[in-house]
Amino acid sequence: MAKVINIKKGLTIKLDGAAAKEKCSASYTSLYAVTPTDFHGLTPKVVVKEGDRVLAGSPVIIDKMFPEIQFVAPVSGVVKSVVRGEKRKLLHVIIEADLACEYLQLPTGNPLEMEASEVKSAIQTAGLWPCLKRRPYDVVANPDAKPKAIYVKGFDTAPLAPDYAFVLKGQASDIQTALNALTKLTEGKVYLTLPAKGAATELAAAQNVEKVIMNGPHPASNVSVAINHIDPINKGEVVWTINALDLPFIGRLFNKGIVDLTRLVALTGPEVCQPAYYSCKPGIAMSALLEGNVHKEIPLRYVSGNALCGSRVEMDGFLGFYDSQVTVLHEGTDVDEMLGWVMPRFDRFSSNKTYTTPLLQKFFPTMSFKADTRVLGGERALIMSGEYDKVFPMDILPERLIRACLVKDLEDMEALGIYEVAPEDFALCEYICTSKIELQKTVREALDLLKAENGDE
Amino acid sequence: MKSLRNLLDKMKPTFSEGGKLSKLGSVFEGFETFLFVPHTTSKSGTHIHDCVDSKRTMFWVVLALIPALLFGMFNTGYQHYLAIGVDAGFFQTFFWGCLAVLPYVIVSYLVGLGIEFIAAQIKGEEIQEGFLVSGMIIPLILPIGVPLWMVAVATAFSVIFVKEIFGGTGFNVLNVALSTRVFLFFSYPTKMSGDSVWVSLKDYFGFGQAQVTINGFTGATPLGQAVVQASSDSLALTNVVGEPLTFWQMFLGLMPGSIGETSVLAIMLGGLFLIFTGVASWKIVVSVFAGGAFMATIFNIFAVDAYQAMPFWEHWCLGGFAFGAFFMATDPVTAARTECGKWIYGFFVGLLAILFRVFNPAYPEGMMLSILLMNLFAKVIDYYVIQSNINKRAKRAMVKSAK
Repeated sequence: MAKVINIKKGLTIKLDGAAAKEKCSASYTSLYAVTPTDFHGLTPKVVVKEGDRVLAGSPVIIDKMFPEIQFVAPVSGVVKSVVRGEKRKLLHVIIEADLACEYLQLPTGNPLEMEASEVKSAIQTAGLWPCLKRRPYDVVANPDAKPKAIYVKGFDTAPLAPDYAFVLKGQASDIQTALNALTKLTEGKVYLTLPAKGAATELAAAQNVEKVIMNGPHPASNVSVAINHIDPINKGEVVWTINALDLPFIGRLFNKGIVDLTRLVALTGPEVCQPAYYSCKPGIAMSALLEGNVHKEIPLRYVSGNALCGSRVEMDGFLGFYDSQVTVLHEGTDVDEMLGWVMPRFDRFSSNKTYTTPLLQKFFPTMSFKADTRVLGGERALIMSGEYDKVFPMDILPERLIRACLVKDLEDMEALGIYEVAPEDFALCEYICTSKIELQKTVREALDLLKAENGDE
Repeated sequence: MKSLRNLLDKMKPTFSEGGKLSKLGSVFEGFETFLFVPHTTSKSGTHIHDCVDSKRTMFWVVLALIPALLFGMFNTGYQHYLAIGVDAGFFQTFFWGCLAVLPYVIVSYLVGLGIEFIAAQIKGEEIQEGFLVSGMIIPLILPIGVPLWMVAVATAFSVIFVKEIFGGTGFNVLNVALSTRVFLFFSYPTKMSGDSVWVSLKDYFGFGQAQVTINGFTGATPLGQAVVQASSDSLALTNVVGEPLTFWQMFLGLMPGSIGETSVLAIMLGGLFLIFTGVASWKIVVSVFAGGAFMATIFNIFAVDAYQAMPFWEHWCLGGFAFGAFFMATDPVTAARTECGKWIYGFFVGLLAILFRVFNPAYPEGMMLSILLMNLFAKVIDYYVIQSNINKRAKRAMVKSAK
């Protein structure tokens, strides 16, 4: 019987534009990109030149610190350009794709019969290592570390998040192979988080892993919450995390010997005409997903990821490596809302009881709401107390930790549990914050500072 | 709406940097964001934000204070006409109270907001809304007899020295409204306590009169009377014309006292609204009442005089206890900020209020002092709550490494 962890604190944000459960294929595009900014803290080195021919699975970028961490082309084709920004910062390596994808053939194998080092190098060669992230710091896993456990995120409670049961359907063998590979990478356990209702059957049937049922509102699906409840991270310990949606990539590698990054991406948000799932590969040009399917008459924001912690991209940008969701929101710069702060705003979502949403939701639990990207208020000092606690289901004092991060007090941060959190854990706090403080950015900067100070690579 | 928006857009350059009136930039921005939701969109982190902001939160507290204000106006008139022995009818009573109370509200807001506007301009920040609440609370916790210029001086003092010097809203250690009151209380004690400041005797444009005309008039508040009667066998609290005061009258609030503090009914109406909307912490309110009841019961058990034998429900209804519990102890900036700390903080606010009130006859208004004292200790309480979280984490790591 799987362990059940009940979570009361949190908030499920209901937005318009949930993806209908139907598969569409993205319109054809020849443009794909490998984007190093998807991988926080990476020092990239480009190993291809413009005009080089690459296969799906050929390395395009490597990490300067750990050259064994490779980032590979998702499709076969020709390197079209290497785009750099200010200070020659590498932004994208753009690949012009072939009509039919040609895969680099890699050896197959059964991870259960392989040595740990073989599994590791197979994953690294295939460019799938970045799927593994590490706590503390929430960056790509350090290959030399010995994680005390690996946590697999087996569902998602974020606003409009893809349904894992739908996305992972029929990939049971790939998933099991990937989980077997993960068990080789740690001496501890591999934990798999599952929702109380509607878990993907492929995950629920998985073997060789410790299943944990996380029951409650968002952020129940965040791995930090599971880690905090099961075995919190102490200073000096390392835990790796991976999203279950990335498991099929690893499975296909061992089963078929190819790097096939095809996944279903949920196209969601109030401004999408037909929200649905699209079959595509990470790095695909956003225009292929969005063109003709959004309400263009108003200013829009395209988010690769969910509305709480996704990253902003433009129409000419590319889908992020980790993202299985695209959210399109109304930017809201064209809205003149008179005396908005005192209005009832019936059609807006709010967790605050000065609005009617909490009441409406009681009577109409399936009701969803509009949203735009306006901050809806000025930035202030922290005034209201106990707000963050309501959506932070961990044994950590969020407000105190944020204060320590704001003043860059490293000792306090450590003492208050900074090693146990990722920026995404503060997304809800940031959403409900009356004082409109940029919390995820604050936590990110604090983690970076700590990483540099600790000399952790 | 469109034309107003266009007008603002036209005026904007004048108030922006380099414009003729750039010195009023913060004020203009304040009015602009008041009228229209700003167009700023999220730059980092979450792409969507909750609709709530500090304007709304503060305004909800002001809304919650309205019942107490309206009742305070009526009661001020009611006490006045009771003292002069005239039955003036509801509307005239209320009207007279309005005339008496409104100047306090206006002075408090003018002085406080004026200073806030200047401070915002100096710091180059947006105007902060915190004073909207303080400015409404200040008149409600004052006796009607205090001169307006004193209110102005005290408000200026506390906005500058209690709040802005520490960095403005969100950084003050002490409650701003209570600091105003405590400043007045110790600077001008004759205008803040005694028997003559609680009932206003003035003539406004021919309404009301400046002379007491009935026999047996006493302007003392019930708590003031309790102190005097402490050595007698039992308390015989009365209203201004010497009729005995029942519990329900205390609850309803038709008795002399600070303008907005007398009616527990009106305060509860607003206070429960705040708790229901989640603006005020119910934990603090509950624990304040619990702390008060606890201390009063202890006094009852060991009572040596009539005042100490006063039951806790009467303590709850007298003086500023209920008002303090709902509106001032719950000030999130100056109260304890940790959830566990709130219970402790509130309990001691209530406990100390009754202790001060009963043990020190010079300070019948124990609530003011106990909240200010606990404001100072709130950070200490939080410190220990936080420390226990830190210790738990440190211990966990120790156990782990010992294995």
